[in-house]
Amino acid sequence: MTTSLVPQPPAGHVLRDALATRPRPPRPTPLAASLTFAWRALLKIKHVPEQLADAIFIPILFTVMFTYLFGGALAGSTGEYLQTLLPGTLVLSVLLITVYAGVNLNTDIAKGVFDRFRSLPLWRPALIVGGLLSDVVRNLLAALLVLALGLAMGFRPEGGLGGVLLGIGLVLVFAFGLSWIWATLGLVLRSPNAVTMISFLVQFPLTFASNVFVDPATMPGWLAAFVEANPISHLVTAVRGVMGGTAALGDVAWVLVIAVALVVVFGPLTMRLYSRKT
Amino acid sequence: MTRTTDLAIEASGLVKTFGGNPAVAGVDLTVQSGGVYGFLGPNGAGKTTTIRLLATLLQPDSGTARVFGYDIVEEADAIRSRISLTGQFASVDEDLTGAENLAMLARLLGHSRGMAKERAADLLDAFGLAHAGGRLVKTYSGGMRRRLDIAASIVVTPDLLFLDEPTTGLDPRSRNQVWDIVRVLVAEGTTVLLTTQYLDEADQLADRIAVIDQGRVIAEGSPGQLKASVGAGTLHLRVLDAARRTDARRLLAEILGTTVHADSDDAALSARIDDPALAAAGLSALSRAGIDVTTYALGQPSLDEVFLALTGHHAEINDYQETPA
Repeated sequence: MTTSLVPQPPAGHVLRDALATRPRPPRPTPLAASLTFAWRALLKIKHVPEQLADAIFIPILFTVMFTYLFGGALAGSTGEYLQTLLPGTLVLSVLLITVYAGVNLNTDIAKGVFDRFRSLPLWRPALIVGGLLSDVVRNLLAALLVLALGLAMGFRPEGGLGGVLLGIGLVLVFAFGLSWIWATLGLVLRSPNAVTMISFLVQFPLTFASNVFVDPATMPGWLAAFVEANPISHLVTAVRGVMGGTAALGDVAWVLVIAVALVVVFGPLTMRLYSRKT
Repeated sequence: MTRTTDLAIEASGLVKTFGGNPAVAGVDLTVQSGGVYGFLGPNGAGKTTTIRLLATLLQPDSGTARVFGYDIVEEADAIRSRISLTGQFASVDEDLTGAENLAMLARLLGHSRGMAKERAADLLDAFGLAHAGGRLVKTYSGGMRRRLDIAASIVVTPDLLFLDEPTTGLDPRSRNQVWDIVRVLVAEGTTVLLTTQYLDEADQLADRIAVIDQGRVIAEGSPGQLKASVGAGTLHLRVLDAARRTDARRLLAEILGTTVHADSDDAALSARIDDPALAAAGLSALSRAGIDVTTYALGQPSLDEVFLALTGHHAEINDYQETPA
């Protein structure tokens, strides 16, 4: 092989060898195709690690800022506040970055490579499922980061390792369900920026008008009612419960029901939009 | 499994409309297996939309088409197993390396992990990209990107390859490389349907050409047939003294019995002629009249002239974008 820096024209015989007819392999299973797309997404993170900046800085920012800013005022001490706050910032950090499910899909569709994928004899949902699988890795990374930071700052979960793992599991399951909303929007909206903007407009009020930062008992009645009904409050309560060793089965069940409902509604909707995408 | 048909493509009355604008307005097409079929037309003529319909990326509003006997709507999946598409805009992933792109496609086509890596390495080698396999595609030149794009289309050798404007924006050297690749592909038995707005490209590569304009096929045939349909050829000449062009023009018109065009170059003339012998007569008449001719050429009409004759307008490139993003 030459080491020339100038691109060499392909030599006819090498090209003919490369084209030599060989049996077509059997088409991949839906799982194999999805995992290949997940692998692709992870490779992109490897090549452009900057895209993880959100996943790294949002958790650090929220955990550190809110603990030291509000801890003294809200709970008497930062250490005590951290016990309630940390499960909340963990939820917040992961949910805020779920928007990548929609942003990445929207970006893919605008590119020529999307046409190639669609012209392959593949299980159609594989691109989307693969993307969401790789998001789980990103979300897990953010969750572990918040947890490590919290432990360093003095967070001591009563629920032990099992409780912590279960809590992270709940967040990831809920995030997976939520991702389908962004996937749907990623197919409907015109640009990745539009997806980010809508997600911000939806997520900002939903995450702050929840029990992440303060006890709803201190709020006016109408707001407290909203906060109680907010699915994110249920998630935070459930994660606090399992991490604090005071698991409320009802809240855990709620989280699972909401996650399944999101997939049931937005999964088929996404697929329908996807197959019609021209 | 495989239906017996010699036809790679048969389409009739294909229509596809975008927001009220018919991009494809009733395309009829018959493409035999083997060889290169050229789809020639200006930007916005409906070439890309037709390819996207045939490659099962779009569904027609009306009309039908079969690829290797399979219906493009009802049996899209069977078609996808036999075709490959190289889109107008590089259909490779810019944020991955060349090797990763090829390995990913090999995996998606069902190759094992090891086989996918091997296939990627073979193809990079065959396309002169071995030195760049580990680099991100966004650092590739236009020609390298095109070669990778075509390599990606033959990870599994397709029976039919769609190449949408494969040489648009390439330098002459890269363009020749792409042409060589197409020739080898065809020699190995792949049918290639290629769109182009470059007239000489269709002339160089295609065995048959469909001329498409405003969503319709307006002419179909071999390059030679298409040229013959506008006469045997064209005489081009330049007179030494531009002041005598008008005299030369009158004299030639008399002898050739046809309209002689005064070209934009103020010493140049051109005329379409049916009988090459007349050209010689015309030149000697000019010589007798004392009008010196500096250069002359008698050529087959270019496809541009064919296009002009067929459509009444030049195959000009406009800014209109053919497909919505």
